[in-house]
Amino acid sequence: MSFQILGIGILTWLTFLPVIGMLFLLLLPKKSADAVRWTSLVVTFLQVVLAALVYVYFSRSLGGINTVAGMQFVEKATWIDIKSVAWFGRVHIDYFMGIDGISGPMVLLTALISFVGIIASWNIEKAVKGYFALYLLLDTGMMGVFVALDFFLFYVFWEVMLLPMYFLIGIWGGPRREYAAIKFFLYTLFGSVLILLAMLALYFSSSVYIDPQTGVFLAAEAGRAMGITPIHSFNLIALMDPTNFTPGSLLAGIGTSSRYIAFIALFIGFAIKVPIFPFHTWLPDAHVEAPTAISVILAGVLLKMGTYGLLRVSIPIFPDAFRAYAIPLAILGVINILYGALAAMAQTDFKKLIAYSSISHMGIVVLGIAAMNTQGVSGAVFQMFNHGTITAMLFLIVGVIYDRAHTRGLNEFGGLANQMPKYTGVMSVAFFAALGLPGLSGFVSEAFSFLGAFAVFQTLTIIAALGIVLTAGYMLWTLQRVFLGTLPEKWKALPDINGRELAALVPLAVIVLFLGIYPSPMLNMMNASVNTLVKFVTPVTAAAALGF
Amino acid sequence: MMLESIQTSLSLFQPEIVLCATVLAAILVDLIFRRRPVIVAGTVIAGLIVTAVLVGAEVGVRARIFSGMYVLDPFAHFFKFVILGSALLIVLFSLASKELKTAPKRLGEYYMLLASMTLGMVLMTGASNLLMMYLALELTSISSYIVTGFTREARDSSEASLKYVIYGAVSSGLMLYGFSILFGLTGTLGIYELNQSLLSMPSINWTALLIAGVLALAGFGYKISAVPFHFWTPDVYQGAPVTITAFLSVASKAGGFAMLMRFLKVTFIDLASSTQLASGIWAMMQGINWPLLLAVVSVATMVVGNFVAIWQDNLKRLLAYSSIAHAGYMLMGLVVMSNQGFAAVLIYFVAYLFMNLGAFYVVMLVANETGSESIEEYRGLGYRTPLVGVSMAIFLFSLTGIPPTFGFIGKLYLFAALVNQQWIWLAIVGVLNSVVSLYYYMRIVRNMFLKEVDGRKPLVPISIPVPSAVLLIFLVIPTLGLFLYFGPLVDVAQAAVSMFGF
Repeated sequence: MSFQILGIGILTWLTFLPVIGMLFLLLLPKKSADAVRWTSLVVTFLQVVLAALVYVYFSRSLGGINTVAGMQFVEKATWIDIKSVAWFGRVHIDYFMGIDGISGPMVLLTALISFVGIIASWNIEKAVKGYFALYLLLDTGMMGVFVALDFFLFYVFWEVMLLPMYFLIGIWGGPRREYAAIKFFLYTLFGSVLILLAMLALYFSSSVYIDPQTGVFLAAEAGRAMGITPIHSFNLIALMDPTNFTPGSLLAGIGTSSRYIAFIALFIGFAIKVPIFPFHTWLPDAHVEAPTAISVILAGVLLKMGTYGLLRVSIPIFPDAFRAYAIPLAILGVINILYGALAAMAQTDFKKLIAYSSISHMGIVVLGIAAMNTQGVSGAVFQMFNHGTITAMLFLIVGVIYDRAHTRGLNEFGGLANQMPKYTGVMSVAFFAALGLPGLSGFVSEAFSFLGAFAVFQTLTIIAALGIVLTAGYMLWTLQRVFLGTLPEKWKALPDINGRELAALVPLAVIVLFLGIYPSPMLNMMNASVNTLVKFVTPVTAAAALGF
Repeated sequence: MMLESIQTSLSLFQPEIVLCATVLAAILVDLIFRRRPVIVAGTVIAGLIVTAVLVGAEVGVRARIFSGMYVLDPFAHFFKFVILGSALLIVLFSLASKELKTAPKRLGEYYMLLASMTLGMVLMTGASNLLMMYLALELTSISSYIVTGFTREARDSSEASLKYVIYGAVSSGLMLYGFSILFGLTGTLGIYELNQSLLSMPSINWTALLIAGVLALAGFGYKISAVPFHFWTPDVYQGAPVTITAFLSVASKAGGFAMLMRFLKVTFIDLASSTQLASGIWAMMQGINWPLLLAVVSVATMVVGNFVAIWQDNLKRLLAYSSIAHAGYMLMGLVVMSNQGFAAVLIYFVAYLFMNLGAFYVVMLVANETGSESIEEYRGLGYRTPLVGVSMAIFLFSLTGIPPTFGFIGKLYLFAALVNQQWIWLAIVGVLNSVVSLYYYMRIVRNMFLKEVDGRKPLVPISIPVPSAVLLIFLVIPTLGLFLYFGPLVDVAQAAVSMFGF
């Protein structure tokens, strides 16, 4: 279905609204910091409203993934079309957007976290205009990644996001911000260029038939029957069909070594973003140095792009390579879970602890994806959403205490429960959600992921489950170190959480609670797509071979 | 008959004649209006514009003129526009340069020499005879030796000029030697005839041909500053006035590339067995493994350029090494020996024209105020003068090849050509190199935006006169805009790679 406002599709509005806001904001006079803040807030709030509309009109029965018909809110226009030169073929890049059950939850998450991030950014005083302008640009980049269905468009959004992120960490960050910013930039660019090469290899291997009258992609057989000259394409959906590859080209066929290499190149690109061990070392630095709101965005949305990339690009385009590498992928997931948890346990810096816990929690997503069954993938996508909301809360919580005490050393605190009761309440919700307490959203998604994984990799899942114990360990230990015990003299004057901070935290807490008790709204949204993906990637025979 | 052919030739040679006239006019105007260099600059600008219009009128014409000494084809036209465009921009830059004003008496000569450099480069694009190639190259080189040492008072400048002369003399000597071997082998100097002669030979002395090829490559390699012929580049780029550095890095390189591409393709193509010519991939003669040779040069050039640039603190020197690295990227487009690769180089040159000239322009504007090109001067520039800081950041992102800039499209086409011909290892080396380049470009961005401005120096904004600001914005617009809509340009570039069929 399509949904338009003023003749422009809703996904375009969702994506480019922040840029419009940014342009407006740049016109504001330099001194009017409050006007800048309110503009950003209004823009991101409108984005949330649009996302809510998407949620309401979202069809729960359409699968998406590998069919254009299954995609919703589709928008398609020709962006670049360079007519044929005999030796180059036609270059065709579409402005092609659409969402399904995998990207839908991510769109909601992005809108929500961006809005919350603006509230958390309220106390930014340095170069206010620049900060919010870059923030809104970042917002566009993130949203674009989740709605793009053309690989070129996807890649452009993916890269566009890097620039504002570099500046946001580098200018408004902590003492080692320059180091953290360039490290983030170099790591992600390294991953991106690998994605670029894989993208080009896919492009030149593809031969897609376009109906000259309607501009619609045709099945290879129908196209040949009509005598159409095939063209190369960046269309992600077309690339998922093995018949859309030129026979004998680099990535044609099934299970060839070139396809495995291309899969690995894409995987490294996405793994850096997740981050999957051993590509994770940029994350603790970036998180520790980034300002609170940017940490929230980083953990809440950016990390999801890595796993989203796996689900949207790598796995459906290279199901053969994915099936071959499912076990190594699961092992990496388990390493992430355990390594992240153990590293978190060793931290005395509050923010670093949360950063490592992110690595651990993203490992659960990877494990769920590797299982590639309905429970596993539902769990993974749901975990992506939940981790987004829960970790956003955790980083906000760290921000609250840091703003007051100007330290993040866990061992310097103690007994804050009496001093800051409201803060303690919110923080408990977030912490228990993070450690997977039943009744909160984290439990549902973790349980689904492990359930799915257990059906495929018993031993690995049992080992991974140790991670839950470790998580409970460091989370409870942190709670104890911060809230219990005796209150040090110097913190006697700490004020409790204020209204603005609550305004950022409470919506997230409500969602975490609600989805913990009643997860169906989210699960229903993704169900059809998850099933389509699983069926598409593991056809019956392959599933039998894996021993389902 | 003879007279007639000269007449037709001359009528097709109008742009170059106008450019010659511009050089002469510049000398005359300089004599008449002593100490009024602006008038000379105006003359040169007018001459360049007329030349460009005349080149525009010739678009679509394909001809070999002066008995095959010189050709007109879309390929030459494309490069002529790049060269004339950058020459025009450089004259405008020079008007704003304070560095050049240290030698006001000779400023008229400076513009004259710019025009004669431009003439040499324009001739390079169309030269189709070894002798003509050599002459065009020398005309460019000799003019550039002089302007490099133009600010004689600066010690760097004289040193640079001398280095440039010595390196230039050696490499053009090598090239001439290579040409003479080619002449000895075939008895002809026209490259189209050379090709036929080589192909029709029953047996060729491959050793001699290889030596000739490599020696000729030395000459071209020097002009495009490819490793290992690059040693002059950093010193010359650092010592020369910024405007000249910028000109050398873009236009001179464009001329060198145009000549190298034509020489390689026309001389060594195996037309008979290039049945795939329509598909844009051509076969090269047996004997010399040009693709591998070029691939090795390209990798060496990228790696040396990028890794040495990391350690530079002088921005001119840093950009010099970065321009070496960019020559390496562009050489990748030659490796594949396909129309697609050549088209990618052409597209890259347009991107390079805007982003590199833009970066040098910022360096000049900053040096105008501070008198220094040290990276330290850029501390807090983004806050002191946001227009300049943001523009510079955009140019640097474009040089790195990150969307949404045109530099990304340039790189995209280069890598696309490589991937399409399955030169995967070279593509990987190329992309990894652009990751390395990110580091040193970001060092500048970091200084402009991230560094705390220390208390020692007050925040002095750099004053930018309105015309300079307009020119800066004029350079930023295509750097960003051609990313969003690059279709027509790619069309033109793809149509401009053919060199046969007169």
